[in-house]
Amino acid sequence: MKFKKYNKIIMTVMIGLFLTACKPLEGEESITAVGSSALQPLVEAAGEQYGSENFGKFVNVQGGGSGTGLGQIAADAVDIGNSDIFAEEKNGIDASKLVDHRVAVVGITPIVTPGVGISDISLENLGKIFTGEITNWKELGGKDLAITVLNRSSGSGTRATFDRWVLPEGTKSIITQEQESSGTVRQIVGSTPGTISYVAFSYVDDTVKALSIDGVKPTDENVKKNKWVIWSYEHMYTNGEPEGLTKDFLDYILSDDIQGSLIEALGYIPTNRMQFERDSKGNTIEVPKEVKKDSE
Amino acid sequence: MEDIQKKLAEHSGKARLEKIGKAISFLCIAFIVFVVLSILYFVASKGISTFTKDGVSLWGFLTGTVWNPGSIGENGKPLTGALPMIAGSFIVTVLSAAVATPFAIGAAIFMTEISPTVGKKILQPVIELLVGIPSVVYGFIGLSVIVPFMRNTFGGSGFGIISAAVVLFVMILPTVTSMAVDTLKAVPRHYREASLALGATRWQTIYKVVLRSATPGLLTAVVFGMARAFGEALAVQMVIGNAALMPTNLITPASTLTSILTMNMGNTVMGTLENDVLWSLALILLVMALFFNILTRWIGKKGAMN
Repeated sequence: MKFKKYNKIIMTVMIGLFLTACKPLEGEESITAVGSSALQPLVEAAGEQYGSENFGKFVNVQGGGSGTGLGQIAADAVDIGNSDIFAEEKNGIDASKLVDHRVAVVGITPIVTPGVGISDISLENLGKIFTGEITNWKELGGKDLAITVLNRSSGSGTRATFDRWVLPEGTKSIITQEQESSGTVRQIVGSTPGTISYVAFSYVDDTVKALSIDGVKPTDENVKKNKWVIWSYEHMYTNGEPEGLTKDFLDYILSDDIQGSLIEALGYIPTNRMQFERDSKGNTIEVPKEVKKDSE
Repeated sequence: MEDIQKKLAEHSGKARLEKIGKAISFLCIAFIVFVVLSILYFVASKGISTFTKDGVSLWGFLTGTVWNPGSIGENGKPLTGALPMIAGSFIVTVLSAAVATPFAIGAAIFMTEISPTVGKKILQPVIELLVGIPSVVYGFIGLSVIVPFMRNTFGGSGFGIISAAVVLFVMILPTVTSMAVDTLKAVPRHYREASLALGATRWQTIYKVVLRSATPGLLTAVVFGMARAFGEALAVQMVIGNAALMPTNLITPASTLTSILTMNMGNTVMGTLENDVLWSLALILLVMALFFNILTRWIGKKGAMN
């Protein structure tokens, strides 16, 4: 009998604890950002910094891919949807309600296994490799070595950007090996002779060789001047105009402070350093100088 | 007197405890059944909507060989041929099980019939350790050891069905072995004694008596291994190359149902065709899991009858 009495007390306490855990403490606020795994490290780092500067405010960041991010924000299930591509480019998304916040720019470069014998390629020939017209490096003046084409999975933001700016209008990449993450792509390209693929600038290291295109090197400077055309925005979408903590956090990411420090440190290019801007249809225009000054 | 009557009439504390225990176990079971049924319903409803809502024909889905759900084929229908993945899944499963079975049964015989002490002290812990290694580790070893080895031996890129089959072989070997050990241990001791008493040698006893009477259990072990191989995603995805092409030989990149699923799920939007066909792939996986389950039960029943 004694034992049961204690049991009841313990149960009551446990249930009490359980119920109170569901209720947020006074003054605490949190938002959730979901989507692109390419953008995830940036949002996570910014969210952490934001949380430490603003007591009691939390930014929950989850991956899941651009499709998940856009789908969830279109359904208004989260506060922010992260995406590597424009909402207009994605099938099945009603982009009219979504508000785009371009927080950063990423450059994407073709990478090859060291030792294929070339370091520069024309945009046309690059397209021909991915459509299967060129199958041996010797056709490009390199070694007599078969070309292995490695793609990111269809629907990945990196692949969408690369296909759009490299493949000739109306053509498709050959069906070939695919990998899910940029890290794996780099590992495979680094170890499999004759392989070509593509990754964001921040993934390039000594194990792979980044090709220059028509003599233009893949550098942040060239992206800013649009000399290097394979780049895309990192988008943070909100459903309708952002309010409250969401707005506050987006302002924080877009502030000069974060744009100048964190974003560059993580290998992205700050949006406000771009001398060109692009819309969802791929039209690229130069940003007028005065407007640029205003925004800085 | 009244006190005793009262005491006898009402439920004792023990009886109440038993009732509470029953209720709790029933709740747990009900919850599990509910979860399983919800998952079945969810996957099935999503998977079927490819055919009902998006108008893809089931036959075209199961026999088509071009997989590119995002684009439209010549006949105006989306390119949703899943045969390359279905074939890839079956080939790696059968290959790995075919290679793993003799090794597993050999190891099991050694551990139960030939040297039970070494088996118990050394092999058992090793096998348990192998079961516990996460699949990403197997995948990573496959990527950095097996793929280069295949590349140097057979040429090509090294990614392909054979690499996947080797990785899966190592992964299912401990599962099949430990189940085979249990089966062999369950063979009654008097079978062996009777066989030896009749003058059979040790090998004759193992081959003609122990293995024969353990056949249903061994088959169950193999089917379990196949089920695990069929459902493995991560390790396979890392070494098979993930090209949605019909497998023409064992050393060119191919893909499996699971590898395509894990690669594309995050990049599609709920409710679109691209997403629905992935659920259809998941439905195939689920049906196959059920099939393997039924198969093991059927084998078990047949074994019990003999």
